[in-house]
Amino acid sequence: MTLTDAAPVLRLTGITKRFGPLVANNAVNLHLGRGEVLALLGENGAGKSTLMSILFGHYTADEGTVEVANESGSLTPLRAGSPAAALEAGVGMVHQHFTLADNLSVLDNITLGTEGLWRAFQSRAAARRRLNTLMEDSGLTVPLERPVGNLSVGEQQRTEILKALYRGVRILVLDEPTAVLTPQEVNQLFDTLRRLTEHGLSIIFISHKLDEVTAISDRVAILRSGVMVGERETKSVDRGELAELMVGHAVELHGRDPQPRGDEVARLDTVSVPGPRGGVDLKEADLTLCEREIVGIAGVSGNGQGALAALLSGLAHPSDGSFDLFGSPVSRFDAGGFVADGVGRIPEDRHRDGTVGDMTVWENAILETYRDSANQRAGWVRIGAARDHAKRLIEAFDVRCPGPDAPIRLLSGGNMQKLIIGRVLENKPRLIIANQPTRGLDIGAVAFVQDRLLEAKRQGAAILLISEDLDELFQIADRLAVIHGGHLSEAKPTEDLTKRQVGLMMAGEGQGAHAA
Amino acid sequence: MRLEPRESTGLALRVGAPASAIVAALLLAAIPLGFAGVSLIAAYYEMFNGALGSVFALTETLTRATPLILTGLAVTAAFRAKLWNIGAEGQLYAGALAAVVIASYAWSSSPFVMIPAMMVAGAAAGAALLLVPTLLKTKLGVDEVVTTLLLNFVMLLFVSMMVEGPLQDPMSMGWPQSEPIVDEAVLPTLVARTRLHAGLIIALVAAILLSLLINRTRWGLEMRAVGANADAARFAGMKIGRVMVMTAVISGGLAGLAGVSEVAGVRGYVTLDLSPGYGYAGIVVAMLAQLSALGVVISAIFIAAVFVGADSMGRAMGVSSYLADLIVALSLLTMLVAGLVARYRIRWA
Repeated sequence: MTLTDAAPVLRLTGITKRFGPLVANNAVNLHLGRGEVLALLGENGAGKSTLMSILFGHYTADEGTVEVANESGSLTPLRAGSPAAALEAGVGMVHQHFTLADNLSVLDNITLGTEGLWRAFQSRAAARRRLNTLMEDSGLTVPLERPVGNLSVGEQQRTEILKALYRGVRILVLDEPTAVLTPQEVNQLFDTLRRLTEHGLSIIFISHKLDEVTAISDRVAILRSGVMVGERETKSVDRGELAELMVGHAVELHGRDPQPRGDEVARLDTVSVPGPRGGVDLKEADLTLCEREIVGIAGVSGNGQGALAALLSGLAHPSDGSFDLFGSPVSRFDAGGFVADGVGRIPEDRHRDGTVGDMTVWENAILETYRDSANQRAGWVRIGAARDHAKRLIEAFDVRCPGPDAPIRLLSGGNMQKLIIGRVLENKPRLIIANQPTRGLDIGAVAFVQDRLLEAKRQGAAILLISEDLDELFQIADRLAVIHGGHLSEAKPTEDLTKRQVGLMMAGEGQGAHAA
Repeated sequence: MRLEPRESTGLALRVGAPASAIVAALLLAAIPLGFAGVSLIAAYYEMFNGALGSVFALTETLTRATPLILTGLAVTAAFRAKLWNIGAEGQLYAGALAAVVIASYAWSSSPFVMIPAMMVAGAAAGAALLLVPTLLKTKLGVDEVVTTLLLNFVMLLFVSMMVEGPLQDPMSMGWPQSEPIVDEAVLPTLVARTRLHAGLIIALVAAILLSLLINRTRWGLEMRAVGANADAARFAGMKIGRVMVMTAVISGGLAGLAGVSEVAGVRGYVTLDLSPGYGYAGIVVAMLAQLSALGVVISAIFIAAVFVGADSMGRAMGVSSYLADLIVALSLLTMLVAGLVARYRIRWA
């Protein structure tokens, strides 16, 4: 099936957008055919989101034109800088962070803003009928009457797509739609997208994950540093080539590198911990962490990983059981004390827990160690020393940012993560708690983070790697345990396990899912 | 209509925006002044003259700015850590009462003992008054906006009780006013034959110290981190409760100092009209300064100038005193819009 000659529904020509000295998009050309899935591939900060924001009218391009096919199929220029015009022309977008009101039902979320308030209220029955037909045609099923806040992330995403369809979009842009989904939900999403394209919908799929891009798209356009560096038919492309186009050089992922296991660093003995923020409790967990070893914790997010990470990070008390750290029972659960004793913590949510967005890069670099004599004297922050420290981290960990004085919120997720990893590793920790350290990062940054963890392990650190990504765990963890419903299984050598076994245990089936 | 943050604000805009705000405020104020039937040129001349036109006018403006700087700093310190202290008014009165208690009797003949002792007592009283709602917030999760606000009224009634009871001046012939402080505790006058007193120096020093504290010390780093992202601060090992208590002591202490400064610099005793809402105005001062400690000095002087100028114009032209309040409010609104325009680009879409 060749789709490049399908009738074009969208054409971007010579799009250039500058933010101050930064050229986010440089003379980008792009077209999309009817019923086609175009993958827009690129690293974080490559300009994908800027390009889509221009299409959607959130930004106005400095140069270039956007043309969208009208009802009769001929391309007409789209009024720049107007989301209303984009919607009118049939362009819809599902953002990575959903734009739904949690306390309203699915039905209200979909009809709100689509029609006048009063009309939406009047014609609820009609809206419900139309949605039911849409759900049947597309295979997207969502409980219409449930409040959005009670839905799973996958269901919320389906709500967003349904909302776009309800508005009659002909071009749907999905911004990293799989970042929040479980593997099963990803498959479901892909099935849906295939059905939608059969009905004539055209899709732009933004991603930096090669396997997804090759699985779903007909054509791939690769953006790097704001420039369109290549365009390939998906069926005739290999992943290595795509990765190289995206990153600009060959990427190599390193595998685990077994080392003689060293001394015991931490031991949990039938420890129970209440879940933070009302999350799942950790129930009677046993775990030993040793020097020169990466222990992986597999599990679908929200199965007690939060409680485990909080305990080992010094943020939560066990309600039961004993917890030894560096050879002695822990008496004070105090995050600052843990850091000083040599625990490095990489938090799951780098925006919420890892950084203070409005503070500068250098302030974030000393956020855990500002009490040390290297960073303060008699209470006065040694700003010069702290900035030099930040500059060293920026250099050594390849943090791309305007400089140590920039607010950290300006950094991309990958660069923020590099700074956090640098902050942790510069402390020479003996135990590292890495909670989803590569989630949402592009392939170059993933390789970087994994290499740094492997390097820390070679230097003698004990590492706990909590991840949802089985490929990652099988690639670098020496031992693996599975967490499900707050129960932690016994950690077994990775080579004795198969992905299928672990996958079943993650779903709560199979032996060993419940610790003794 | 949408707002986009500007990457940087050019010099022209930084000077032009506040200047246009003043012009806009004067144009808007012309409407009610026109209704009052006075000559606009004369009115604005009187206003400028009354605020800045003479040494006397200038000292009046600075005298008025002094308590505003201190309450503005109190609010700045608290809001930086997202401790919503709406109670600077009550803390000001607490400081004022403590000043009278300490200094109504000359237990030392040296002002160098009396004045510092009075300042410490006033600051401690203000701090104590804010500590109660802060501990309720950190220990029990009680909303401090409500508690600090309501404590203002509690404090005002307490002052009323004291100035009509135990602290009443026996020479006041029944007026509800406290005993006066002794001469050894009175703050020296800065310019002869004016009301401008050393409280201004205290306020300026406080502004510099607070600015250093917030921007240069580990405690300021903690306050800012807790205010900007409490989750990340907790993750990094900061003790949120301890930071809040420290912030409360600083904020309440500064508001208490405002009360000391008014008693020891202007009035000499406490009455129920010691403060025409300096505590509440401190919130406006701090917001206008975008929570910058040094900016508070400028915004407090601006607000004081508008107030003193409008007041003096009202008296000279014989128009209603409410017109002065109206002009103050208009200037604040236009100045806030100017601040917004300087930081954001407005896009019509």
